[in-house]
Amino acid sequence: MEIPYTVEARNDTGLYNAKVGIWLFLASEVMLFGALFSSYILLRVGADPGTWPHGLLNIPIGTFNTAVLITSSVTVVLSWAALQMRNFAKYRKFQAITIACALGFLGIKTFEYREKFGHYEVWLKNPITVKHGDKEVQTDRLLGHIEFQGTHPSFWSTATLAAKQVESFKFEPDPFHYTMTAREMAHAKKAAAGKPHEVIEIKSADVKRLSAFVPAHSTYFGIYFTLTALHALHVLGGALVIAYLWGPGAKMWKTEPERYINRVEVSGLFWHFVDLVWIFLFPVLYLL
Amino acid sequence: MDATTHAAHLHETHDAHHEEVGFLRKYVFSTDHKIIGVQYGFTALLFLLLGFLLMACMRWSIAYPGLPIPVVGGLLEKLFGSDVAAGGVLSPDLYNSFGAMHGTIMVFLAIVPLAFAAFGNYVVPLQIGAVDMAFPRVNMASFQCYFLGGVVMFASFFIPGGAAKSGWTSYSPLATMADLGHRFDGQTFWLIGMVLLITSSLLGAVNFIATIIQLRAPGMTWMRMPFFCWAQFVTAFLLLLAFPPLEAAGIMQLMDNLFGTSFFLPTGLIVAGNPVDVSGGGSPLLWQHLFWFLGHPEVYVLILPAMGIVAEIIANNTRKPIWGYKSLVYSAFAIGFLSFIVWAHHMYVTGMGTKISTFFQTTTMIISIPSVIILTCLFISLWGGSIRFNTPMLFVLAFLPMFGIGGLTGLPLGFNYSDLHLHDTYYVIAHFHYVVAPGTIFALFAGIYYWFPKITGRMMNETLGKIHFWLSLIFMNLVFMPMFAQGMAGMLRRMYNGGATYATTDGEVGLPAAILKANIGVTHAAFFLGLAQLPFIFNFFWSIKNGKKVTSDNPWDATTLEWQTPTPPPHGNFTKPVVAHRGPYEYSVPGAATDFTPQSEPDKKH
Repeated sequence: MEIPYTVEARNDTGLYNAKVGIWLFLASEVMLFGALFSSYILLRVGADPGTWPHGLLNIPIGTFNTAVLITSSVTVVLSWAALQMRNFAKYRKFQAITIACALGFLGIKTFEYREKFGHYEVWLKNPITVKHGDKEVQTDRLLGHIEFQGTHPSFWSTATLAAKQVESFKFEPDPFHYTMTAREMAHAKKAAAGKPHEVIEIKSADVKRLSAFVPAHSTYFGIYFTLTALHALHVLGGALVIAYLWGPGAKMWKTEPERYINRVEVSGLFWHFVDLVWIFLFPVLYLL
Repeated sequence: MDATTHAAHLHETHDAHHEEVGFLRKYVFSTDHKIIGVQYGFTALLFLLLGFLLMACMRWSIAYPGLPIPVVGGLLEKLFGSDVAAGGVLSPDLYNSFGAMHGTIMVFLAIVPLAFAAFGNYVVPLQIGAVDMAFPRVNMASFQCYFLGGVVMFASFFIPGGAAKSGWTSYSPLATMADLGHRFDGQTFWLIGMVLLITSSLLGAVNFIATIIQLRAPGMTWMRMPFFCWAQFVTAFLLLLAFPPLEAAGIMQLMDNLFGTSFFLPTGLIVAGNPVDVSGGGSPLLWQHLFWFLGHPEVYVLILPAMGIVAEIIANNTRKPIWGYKSLVYSAFAIGFLSFIVWAHHMYVTGMGTKISTFFQTTTMIISIPSVIILTCLFISLWGGSIRFNTPMLFVLAFLPMFGIGGLTGLPLGFNYSDLHLHDTYYVIAHFHYVVAPGTIFALFAGIYYWFPKITGRMMNETLGKIHFWLSLIFMNLVFMPMFAQGMAGMLRRMYNGGATYATTDGEVGLPAAILKANIGVTHAAFFLGLAQLPFIFNFFWSIKNGKKVTSDNPWDATTLEWQTPTPPPHGNFTKPVVAHRGPYEYSVPGAATDFTPQSEPDKKH
């Protein structure tokens, strides 16, 4: 028994089976990410004023990561083209770059995540005075890093303070807060650049809520982590498929070259989709 | 060729090509669409039974709240512990679990897998003249995901805290807050189970569409496809595009449950008198939108394959072509498209605003048009036919008015002003059960009786089939008809005591005694409905070994291609290349030798 059109295209559709399959799968992926993007819009539009964080992600790193992914998109096409020209060595070279880019992207993303997990917002019961840029302001919401017994802990929450019986901890407040406008934030960051951190002592009894920049911090970080983690899983999945075809799966090149090219093409289509999702994610989460 | 020699000849070729595969490869990890179809069928029928048994326990609690359940009460106490089933009495908590799981199991683990995956897998490749599905291994993965999802759902009954108890719709914030004491609670299991089931149906949907687009036999043009294939084609698109948003919602609710996010939890949420330690800022409405974005197309996922089965059986047993084949096809497409823009008619009472309600009310009324066209075509198809009243046909004939009742009683729910009164009452229960139970399930029974001889080579017993049919028809109606009255009297769904709290004696506002008393009648009818399935279960297993052997590969004298294969079809289905020469329903063609002309029959040369 042989299933027709696994290699050559069917006349009336002009497509081989796997290509129909991957396009249908991508359609469902569009609906998956579409639903999450729609949720992002609804949550953002419905947020109370001053509660939607912005300007907290590392834009230069995000931009660099975007460039990494776009590079991989180019090499995926070049490798497929090389294969069509029956140049297997060139295909392997380009696809190796693709895989390296995928791993690089995931590595950078991991670094970004780690940075967030150790960055905090603390909501105080009573306002205190801190320096924002060159101004002194009264506020009950501070961003910054915790220093506790000589370490910078990650993942602390209000519950941690009680569980560890922390009476007080040191806090290095950031000279800005997302309740400011983007322009004010940029100005405050610039004004404070190069100046030593002022460290304040916060009593646990004064803390209303404490949260690292984890999904539970706010719906913004919730959707940020959900979307980017789901995207990272797609990157990982795509990279695994491409790596499989590059390595052990390459045996097929000797036996059924046409079918092998089809597989590379299909994995490439998926890869482009994964890149495209990031092209939407980056401005939506980092810039807007 | 005469049928017996034909069969013998095919048997020979089949043996010659027999592939030596072990039991595991052949029946457990099979990539053959027919085996996978049968796997789906068996598993789904088991879940159908489980869903029914859950409902039977609930019905007891509704009719006789606080009394121990006879026969199985002791077993329930042993299984679920004396805190939720003390002395064999269903506690409100356990009732809620059973209710949520009854809905989930019936929709996602029983009806859809049976209607779409089981029948679709077995029949579609045969009807379009394909050797198998386009992606056999993806097909196997689809079944495995489904099975795993079923195991997760089933296991959730036995974890601390019990299965999900927030309704099959799992509305937030209730779904997140129902079981705060347990980190991996029933709801978490429900969500993980759903993600697996969604993955399964996505893989299935991709496979079905690709198969129908790519693997149609030569000559099997689009408009020569049997309506059943069209119905499955549209259904596959609904699953492909409507399920991902629920998957997204499921992921977000999982985040709410496990990682403390607030996607669906509003600011200032207070549970049991205490403020909850969450960031807030989420939207409970968002869950409802995403849920019903799947939920409504899902209704058509439940009904379209059933309509496909009905069309096949009507054409075969009236011995004449389906009336309005093209209208059926176009209506199926119209339904498919419109079903994506009616979802918020489930949400009239959420306060989303009158303008939005008006929009969804309008689209809801529009979608009833293609549904009525389909039903009308099927009704008119009966006109002037010399009908063979065999068991499949009886079920199909009952499907038509039963689905009609289900559909028409949906109109008052589609208008937002009448929905305000009927929302969340037993009227809703009666409405959608008329669509799914005597509607879809009857069509599925018809399909089982109809294709059984193709799968096993033996007919099911007609007498037992007729007993099964008449008893099911009577008791189905005795179960669901009174619920319309109960709902209109204001009896709310999801009450473990069947509304006894709101009983009234002297004409005050509340539920009159007659309405509450109907609970007892309905429960008895449900019990007898269960008994009425015994002839079917017996017939099903008995006929596999002892049923009357079919004397030809085409015992119903049908036209479509699945009857042109050996019985049962071997791996690879067709023993010679198959070509479609004509439309799917050429019955009683004037001048033809027989009253049916199979699609593979070449035109006579003049």
